[in-house]
Amino acid sequence: MSAAITAPPSAAGIDRGPPHSPHRRWTRFILPTYGVLMMFYLASPVLVMILYGFNDIPGRRQTPDFGGFTLKWWQNINGVSGLTPAFVNTLKIAIPATIMATAVGTLLGLAMGRYRFRGFAVMMFIIFLAIAVPEIVLGSSLLTLFIATKNPPLGYFSILLSHISFCIPFVAVTVRARVSGMDRAYEEAAQDLFATPMVGFFKVTLPIIMPGIIAGALLAFVLSLDDFVITNFTSGQYQTFPIWVYGATRIGLPPQVNVMGTLLFTGGLVLAVVSALAQRRRKA
Amino acid sequence: VSTTLTSPPESGPEAPSKRGDRTLGTRRARIPYFLAAPGIAWLGLFFLVPLALMLVESLKTGGLFSGGYHFNWEFSNYGDAITKNWEYIFRSIRISAYVTVACLLFGYPLAYWIAFHGGRWKSQLLLLVLLPFFVSYIIRTIQWTFMLSDDGIILGPLKSIGLLPQSYHVLATEFAVVAGIFYSFLPFAMLPLYVSLERIDKRLVEAATDLYASRVQAFLKVVLPLSLPGVFAAVVLTFVPATGDYVNAELLGNPGTFMVGNKIQDLFLNKNNYPEAAALSLVLMVVMVVIASIYARALGTEEATNMAAAG
Repeated sequence: MSAAITAPPSAAGIDRGPPHSPHRRWTRFILPTYGVLMMFYLASPVLVMILYGFNDIPGRRQTPDFGGFTLKWWQNINGVSGLTPAFVNTLKIAIPATIMATAVGTLLGLAMGRYRFRGFAVMMFIIFLAIAVPEIVLGSSLLTLFIATKNPPLGYFSILLSHISFCIPFVAVTVRARVSGMDRAYEEAAQDLFATPMVGFFKVTLPIIMPGIIAGALLAFVLSLDDFVITNFTSGQYQTFPIWVYGATRIGLPPQVNVMGTLLFTGGLVLAVVSALAQRRRKA
Repeated sequence: VSTTLTSPPESGPEAPSKRGDRTLGTRRARIPYFLAAPGIAWLGLFFLVPLALMLVESLKTGGLFSGGYHFNWEFSNYGDAITKNWEYIFRSIRISAYVTVACLLFGYPLAYWIAFHGGRWKSQLLLLVLLPFFVSYIIRTIQWTFMLSDDGIILGPLKSIGLLPQSYHVLATEFAVVAGIFYSFLPFAMLPLYVSLERIDKRLVEAATDLYASRVQAFLKVVLPLSLPGVFAAVVLTFVPATGDYVNAELLGNPGTFMVGNKIQDLFLNKNNYPEAAALSLVLMVVMVVIASIYARALGTEEATNMAAAG
């Protein structure tokens, strides 16, 4: 291992190419080509979605062929009955679910990342289980719960409670990763400078783990926004965006769904880029 | 469970209070319980209790139209759930196995490329891989039904230039279901692979080639063994959700390609046959948790949970 370190790594990496194998010249294009193709493959349904939001077709349902460019679906975004309310419902669930799951999950993540205590192993196992169990099992068990209790009835609150519960473990492990990677010296310094535990927490610990909390909250928000399986089990007659879209596949997909999907996609992209930039600035 | 936790994480156990104040010590000892209490209470109420209720439900007998279901310790529900749905269970495992192998074969080179050749663009490339996650899973799957349709943008041109016969179709086949699930879970497989490859000290590879290993040998003897934890994580992170998936089978397949998830959904939401549905659901859960636990035992629960969260 140490032998390799003596030569400057950057120079070694370039110079070694040709003598090792004569085919290196063209084989080095294989991986990048493959990578770009895979990126394109992964993005293809998204590109198709964006494209079909501009598709000029005579009917009101998406067809496989492209009939030209139009803005009419964007101008008539609220033209499908039930779609806009379902879209709003999704946000009415995702926002409070994110806030609750982030609050509860952050505390849990702090406990997991910072302390060792009796029952720690059991707690870790429960959280592991909550992440490892297939979504359909979570959904069906929550449905069993809401049927048994009859209260809340299937609808807004049953979905909200379900979303909070499946988001908590993800927030907790995200925050935990940040907490356990954190240097304790800052907190000890605060203590030595006579900060009370509360002041120390809010002035030192919280700012340091904030990127972890933000990442956890974003994850929770995206998970809630996108959830279909658990919502399908616990929604009753209440419609969220994914549930509405799923129901619409039987009669055909209105192009407005693509428009709303494009809006959500843009929003998610902006959020991701902003949080990445914010993190970079914090580091610098 | 406990054995998997023997290795302490980097932060180590809570150090005893340096100031040696005993009352402060006991007060501090309670802090983690206060922190964990809301989360554990919530998960108890909305995760463990529902599972217990489903267990109770799975042991009931009766019919929806003959006075409802009654708790009767009806263990035969499990035998029935397995024998009656064997076809679905078997198909789910088969499809999921295809998907997992495909995800490894296609995901590994992609992860390798980003980890070893991504340079300063690593995080941007990773974001590109995860980009589809910003669009609803349902919408992405529906777009595949359009893209794969008989005269869609993929098959249509191939048919018109005569590469494929006119009668050729992909939709409503098992291949379409495998392809759809593969697409949905490829990023899940990619992430742990990337994480484990990225951690590898690149100088180890240079050392191997300096010692006259060919590039292939260096890969097989150095990179591959070091990335095995990621491979293992990728297998679990793909296999578990893929086995439980039912949306792809419903949208891209036909009733002949339905999976165990379709059956559970149908029994719960359409047939209202709760005992059989609950039994089948618990069977699926136990199989998946056993698989995940084998992996957790090999890797440690904490690492496993973190890897799971990464996906």
